[in-house]
Amino acid sequence: MAKRIEVSGLHAYYGGTHAIEDISMTVEPRSVTAFIGPSGCGKSTFLRTLNRMHEVIPGARVEGKVMLDDEDLYGPSVDPVAVRRTVGMVFQRPNPFPTMSIFDNVAAGLKLNGVRRKSQLDDIVEESLKGANLWEEVKDRLGKPGAGLSGGQQQRLCIARAIAVQPQVLLMDEPCSALDPISTLAIEDLIAKLKNQYTIVIVTHNMQQAARVSDRTAFFNIAGTGKPGKLIEIDDTSKIFTNPEQKATEDYITGRFG
Amino acid sequence: MSSQSGVDAAVGARHRAPGRRLSTGQAGDRIFAGAARGSGILVLAIMAAIAVFLVWKAIPALQANKANFLTSQDWNPNATPAKFGIVQLAFGTVVSSALALIIATPVAIGIALFIAFYSPRKLSAGLGYVVDLLAAVPSIVYGLWGLLVLAPHMDGVSKILNTVLGWIPFFGGDSPGKNSIFTASVVLAIMILPIISSISREVFLQVPRANVEAALALGATRWEMIRLSVLPYGRSGVIGASMLGLGRAMGETIAVAMVLTFAPGVNVHILEDGGNTFAANIAKSFGEATSTGRGALIASGLVLFVITLVVNMAARAVVARRKEFV
Repeated sequence: MAKRIEVSGLHAYYGGTHAIEDISMTVEPRSVTAFIGPSGCGKSTFLRTLNRMHEVIPGARVEGKVMLDDEDLYGPSVDPVAVRRTVGMVFQRPNPFPTMSIFDNVAAGLKLNGVRRKSQLDDIVEESLKGANLWEEVKDRLGKPGAGLSGGQQQRLCIARAIAVQPQVLLMDEPCSALDPISTLAIEDLIAKLKNQYTIVIVTHNMQQAARVSDRTAFFNIAGTGKPGKLIEIDDTSKIFTNPEQKATEDYITGRFG
Repeated sequence: MSSQSGVDAAVGARHRAPGRRLSTGQAGDRIFAGAARGSGILVLAIMAAIAVFLVWKAIPALQANKANFLTSQDWNPNATPAKFGIVQLAFGTVVSSALALIIATPVAIGIALFIAFYSPRKLSAGLGYVVDLLAAVPSIVYGLWGLLVLAPHMDGVSKILNTVLGWIPFFGGDSPGKNSIFTASVVLAIMILPIISSISREVFLQVPRANVEAALALGATRWEMIRLSVLPYGRSGVIGASMLGLGRAMGETIAVAMVLTFAPGVNVHILEDGGNTFAANIAKSFGEATSTGRGALIASGLVLFVITLVVNMAARAVVARRKEFV
């Protein structure tokens, strides 16, 4: 269920703005890769190129290659809609569908994939909510609005929605930045569990979080305002946080940045 | 609210000399406050004066009426004794407006969705402008177009509808024609299209980016994204827009007056010539009316006023309820 991502020579643009420059990296399956770096360095932009969400912004485009095992996500015959069904995404702010019940939120992606049988939907929704560590809290109120849950619960609901369609890869864009420490812990526990099944990429501003949850860490930086973001280095998390190759990385993680 | 007053307090503190009263008390402020308050009161006073005038003029005619004003199908206020009731007018007004709404709403939603999500960005601005321009065309022009261009073509359409859907009472009848309530509805539909379409478009454009991306990231196509995120969010806004369109359709005068041929009585076969509405009836018969006839027309205008008011209040209630959710 998990696939390897290989990125080579990737550039992303917003209209005339060059947002990220020449990024190449490999993301291993069944592992957690964390992206760290200062604001505006292109971490989120890069993350969004991995499921072709970057291009939904008007004027945005991508150059380069993203291979998911042996399939080029930017190949000429590839449908971005199909890519997004394979590479799931969780956003910074929990965004359940506001008018839908908890059940319907989780089932939304399944229905898009043509799953209609009630018994099958029931099974997958239960399995996904259990997978997102949310089942015990919501099993008695599946018909209630998803927007009525707490922020942390909503974020786990969004994770359940993303894993319900059994993606190959799960992208998380600062999934805990709008949450309190208890909810953050719940999500981090969940990430540790999910990495047994999925390839996970997480953007985070919290370096402790990166150190806690990830196997590998990539550090991004930006030379100055208006300059494109670059990948400085990617390595095992323990190495990045103890003995990074690059001086810029060391400055950033020890707080001497800028 | 609290931050607003906080800003006011801070601004006030900076401009206030020590020991002076709280209001800055400058002449400009007082003149502006007075002018604003005066304008507000003036509007209410004019509204009240119109209502009083209408009621005052209507009462003598209603007293002279020998038929039931609310249930009679006759409209003979100029005869002696005067006999008039609003049933025929209410029927024509409500049916033509409702039908216009049924025709216009799906088209308007389609236009709004196209402009908001499908058309290239350069095209969408111009397209929105053109649709809004439809609202600026004078209704007399719509009337002329309806009478001279649309009506001749509606003859054939009416006959086909009559043949195919004749089993539905509304589309039944023996002599489908071109100057019918149905033709008037089509003209009205085009007239209310811009208001429904532009409000719907605004609502659709306000759908939070997070909702849109939630659907797209799940692998929704554009249409699936619209179904999952846009339509649920915009539903009450679209309902409000349709109600405003309905209000406009019910009050429309001259275009309907030009298209319809007058025939007495209620005819449920809307493909047949004839029918009448409150506003069209007033426009057509006010000139030759006796004083009782004028009073009767004014009374019918009052009824239209009340119906339109109710529709508008319903629209506002729907739109306001949406604000609570968002």
